[in-house]
Amino acid sequence: MAIIKVERPKLSIGEKIYFGAIFKGMVITLRHAFRSLVGKTTGAKELNSSGVGVTMQYPEQKWDDQLPEYYRGAPALVTDERDRERCVSCQLCEFICPPKAIKITPGEIPSDNEWAKIEKRPLEFDIDMIRCIYCGMCEEVCPEQAIYLRPDYVITGTDRNEMVHDKDRLYEIGGKRVGLVNKWNDLK
Amino acid sequence: MDTTLLIAAAIKIAVFIGITMSFVSICVIFERRFSAIIQDRVGPNRTMIPLSILGFKKDLALPIGGLTQPVADGLKFILKEDFTPSYVRKFFFWLAPVLVVVPALLTMAVIPFGSPMEIAGNVIPMAVADLNVGPLYIFAIASLSVYGITLAGWASNSKYPFFGGVRACAQMISYEIALGLSIVPVLMFFGGLNLGHIVEDQVTNGWLLLPLWNEGGFIISSGYWADPQASIQRLLLLIPIIISFIIFTTSIFAETNRMPFDLPECETELVGGYHTEYSSMKFALFFMGEYAAMVVGSALIVTLFLGGWSIGFGIDNLLPVGAWWVSLLHIGVFLGKVTFFILFFILVRWTVPRFRYDQLMNLGWIVFFEAALINVFLAALVIAYPSIGFVGVAIGFALLITASILLIKIAKGSLEKPSATAV
Repeated sequence: MAIIKVERPKLSIGEKIYFGAIFKGMVITLRHAFRSLVGKTTGAKELNSSGVGVTMQYPEQKWDDQLPEYYRGAPALVTDERDRERCVSCQLCEFICPPKAIKITPGEIPSDNEWAKIEKRPLEFDIDMIRCIYCGMCEEVCPEQAIYLRPDYVITGTDRNEMVHDKDRLYEIGGKRVGLVNKWNDLK
Repeated sequence: MDTTLLIAAAIKIAVFIGITMSFVSICVIFERRFSAIIQDRVGPNRTMIPLSILGFKKDLALPIGGLTQPVADGLKFILKEDFTPSYVRKFFFWLAPVLVVVPALLTMAVIPFGSPMEIAGNVIPMAVADLNVGPLYIFAIASLSVYGITLAGWASNSKYPFFGGVRACAQMISYEIALGLSIVPVLMFFGGLNLGHIVEDQVTNGWLLLPLWNEGGFIISSGYWADPQASIQRLLLLIPIIISFIIFTTSIFAETNRMPFDLPECETELVGGYHTEYSSMKFALFFMGEYAAMVVGSALIVTLFLGGWSIGFGIDNLLPVGAWWVSLLHIGVFLGKVTFFILFFILVRWTVPRFRYDQLMNLGWIVFFEAALINVFLAALVIAYPSIGFVGVAIGFALLITASILLIKIAKGSLEKPSATAV
């Protein structure tokens, strides 16, 4: 490999004094600051800036539509297209949960119920969101496709009890998920 | 002494220290917001008045864009744990922060904040102490703050703070020379050291950096050119004055340890510099001292070069002398100019990259020291022109150029590195 000797550039007197360069630099900085102040920074529009610089101001502005498909937020229970709760309280998620955030109290489905053949449903289903690490193992392990990680990430509370999601809250987050799980098909 | 004057002095001390301290917090919020805007961020914009901790339902959110942030910062400093490491030299460790803040606040005493106010027949100057040795007093007191920083570095009994302290000591002492020499032309021109008189002179004869008007009128009117020789001399004097201004401003940057000369407290090399071992309010005192020094530095630049409290352009002469509202207006103008300079400090911080330590020392000792020295004689030649005549100035100029070339040669020689073979 050839050795290329790079000469240091010869500076003219004007450059050696370098007040001109400093002044020019200050003009550039000031222009940048002005553009930032009026929200015309490069990329401000693409980044959905709040009007100063490129920063989006979080609680007021959110960018939820930019969340990826696979985003792992709060785990939640889902119902099927006929509003039946899918969970059969097999407790696999409770056992697999690494931080032990899930607590299930299983319950039986009474025999006069339309869905009596499923036999079990959860009586209580609590997920402690302080413990949850959003790993998604519950979703993976669930044989009934009853628990999903939803894109909700704003989980706040002023005390510990508020941070425990009970069954109602979990269904509220999860909503309805349409898709065939064969054994619930009453035609089979 | 008259009781009116005593009461006025007490009020002035309280008000001006209050103004300085509130300017420190203004510096902090400006530093944070302006820096943020330069860097395409928003900065702290959400502090509100926390009524909820007093038992109210909601916090009071005023649309003031986080102006209460300094209060929050200050409270945070007070409430933090004040941790003193076991290995420090206790007495000096406690003394150092005080030695940084006190000089910075003391120097504020001679700065004229506004035009003299007339109360009950007494003309009260709007400076705490209207000394006849203003700049000398400021330099004498301000140079004490180097003790604070050096003691902090030494008393911490730890390597990094020690490096920081030594660096600060060397840097501040080096730049004090340039600082002192650079304003000699200014003082020669005014022929006095009273800052109040210096400002009053600038009211009638134009700001030092902006001699666009004098007693006769504006530069475009014939009144300005009533004494053409004096007017030309005044305009010629701008050359040494501008050199003075540049050297003085840069030295103030170095004196206050601001970017681009913030080598005593570089996070990359020295963890935090001389205040590494300090926490809580003791750290806050360093912080305050630094910003107070910045405020005083800006105030001094404004007073000497940019007309202090004067509105300029001959407007001051139209206003009634001694009326209280005129004084307050002048104080406002002065504070506006100081604010402008604080913004300038921040702008420079985000524009000019940091110096290496040897570059810093070269700039101080080889460039600025020599330049300030030559500048003194240059200004002297321009000022002496009426008394020594054209021939005298020509001879002086020739001598000055010879001396300058010699000086530059010596300075350049000192910059050369000894060659490796010579060892």
